[in-house]
Amino acid sequence: LDVAEEYSALEEISDEEAAGISIPANIPPASNSLRDYVDKSETLTKLVQLGVHLWKLEQRPNVGSMLLRLDFNTDVAPRLLFLKQIGVENSRLGYIITHNPFILTADLDNLQARVNYLKSKKFSSETVASMVSRAPFLLSFSVKRLDNRLGFYQQQLKLSASNTRDIVARLPRLLCGSLEPVKENLKVCEIELGFKQNEIQHMVIAVPKVLTANKKKLTQIFDYLHNTMKVPHHLITKFPQVLNTKFLRLRERHLFLEYLEKAQYDPTLARYISLDRLVSLPDETFCTELALATLDDFYLFQKTL
Amino acid sequence: MKIGCFFPNTMATPAIRMFRRLEGVFCVYKPADVHWKLVRDTIETNLLKGVNATHPQPVPREVRFLVSSSDEPGAAKGLRVSPAAVPVLSKHPLVTGPEFQQIKVGVGHRLDTSSSGVLVLAVGNGNKTLNDLYNTRITRDYTLECEFGMATHDFSHTGRVLERSTYDHISEDKLERVTAMLEGANQKALRMYSTVDMGSQEAYEMAAKGLLGPDGKSAPILTGLRCIHFQPPKFTLEVQCLNETQKYLRKVVHEIGLELRSTAVCKGVRRTRDGLFTLQDALTRHHWSAADVMEAIYKYHSSKRNQKKILFPIRESTLETSGSRLTGTHQNKDAAAG
Repeated sequence: LDVAEEYSALEEISDEEAAGISIPANIPPASNSLRDYVDKSETLTKLVQLGVHLWKLEQRPNVGSMLLRLDFNTDVAPRLLFLKQIGVENSRLGYIITHNPFILTADLDNLQARVNYLKSKKFSSETVASMVSRAPFLLSFSVKRLDNRLGFYQQQLKLSASNTRDIVARLPRLLCGSLEPVKENLKVCEIELGFKQNEIQHMVIAVPKVLTANKKKLTQIFDYLHNTMKVPHHLITKFPQVLNTKFLRLRERHLFLEYLEKAQYDPTLARYISLDRLVSLPDETFCTELALATLDDFYLFQKTL
Repeated sequence: MKIGCFFPNTMATPAIRMFRRLEGVFCVYKPADVHWKLVRDTIETNLLKGVNATHPQPVPREVRFLVSSSDEPGAAKGLRVSPAAVPVLSKHPLVTGPEFQQIKVGVGHRLDTSSSGVLVLAVGNGNKTLNDLYNTRITRDYTLECEFGMATHDFSHTGRVLERSTYDHISEDKLERVTAMLEGANQKALRMYSTVDMGSQEAYEMAAKGLLGPDGKSAPILTGLRCIHFQPPKFTLEVQCLNETQKYLRKVVHEIGLELRSTAVCKGVRRTRDGLFTLQDALTRHHWSAADVMEAIYKYHSSKRNQKKILFPIRESTLETSGSRLTGTHQNKDAAAG
């Protein structure tokens, strides 16, 4: 009769056998948070080391499970290498993945095709790298969509190719978002605000953000500039950055200057105050140079509005 | 995720210590045409930024034994187990998120969107104080910029115009007569709403001290009303009131217009004092960072410590809470209107 070997708990075993005993991992089968898995998963550990904000990503549905299923060596590493090859810096990799985690599941051939397309449109490699770093969703759009958008900006605004490249390079978000709000903004500028085509062109080249600005804020600022401050169209075209400021800031500075009887925005008259300095200077410089008053006076004045 | 009131950890991190210094009551100056909720949200965002920017806790390390199998030929047959202190990534800030993700910021008596002025806010524990404060009888001061000649459907100068009228016949003393009459009517209402029997000795004593008045909710009552600037068609009123809403104040302006056989609208409502908090203490938009708020709360706590119990008659802004100090004649910081 064979006696079944019994293992007693106090029996001594060799070290290899001890290390070989597999302890079931202490991770829960399902969880709301990636915290429980991060120590055991190589992918997640490496992502944290790159600087990815896992706490933001785990709040989005499905993203957490997707990240856990990725294998670092076959999925994540090739795409990170690809990004580095096109010139993205190491420090930006975490930012890109935090905002667009699906870049880790995108097809490498597609990514390459899109980069090739941008280069064919004469974007330099450094520009492509900077655009990808600042707009993480850029490479997730198909070539056709990118082409559509570039074409739209070139035709609608009647810009030259190099100008289109310039505004897209400075604001890569233009290629990522939907075109409807941009079309609406352009209509508003033309019809409601009454700017001519060449004026709109000039403003967009100087400050591309006007295209993606909030329509209500744009009309509010323009209304105040034109009707209350009595600034004519051509001056606004000359300083389009005023359309980009906060309305409250513009209003309190204008009212302060008006109280001090210094609100004079016509360049042909004496003691003229240029609009760009009005909105872009920090408070202290504004007070000492433009208003010729102290910062405290400015704060006291704000409490009377 | 911390909500900022219950701390299960025994160790106070620098963020928690900073949060403790932020708990209290302070006031801001709400700009006109900004919803009060936006102000509250901005303050909460700024406080979160300040608190989460404190020096992060180091990630705790634990000792794990890493097994390495020897592949080289001729190496020792045994297993090499090396201990290593490895950071526990589940406590890493990029995995857990920032320490504070929400802070309780409460708002005192609200200001509607088109009004501006002193708005009281409370952080964390201060909310309890705020609640107690609003259960007592507090008066508030407003400055109303008004104009004769129009009547609109919502009594403000941006509403739909219902009627226009002349105002040449209005002189300053006529206006003063009307304001005095309104003030008298309101004083009468004050006595009516108080819960004390009018014929009693108690009522006389309270009236002598100026403590007569409604407790808790009642109709809005103006305890003081006078004209501080008169330049037709524009004029400015100063009001002290209880239990008011800004819409009621605009309606009062409209009624003053009617009493003078003309019409009037309210162009601006500006709160210059809410209980103890005056225009002087209010933080303007540029001072809404965590550091400024901390300073304002420190000032509030230190002034509370120095308070003596002084009560003034209701005519000059009464506040009935235990241990509160008043400024007898508050200064209005508004520049001359017009």
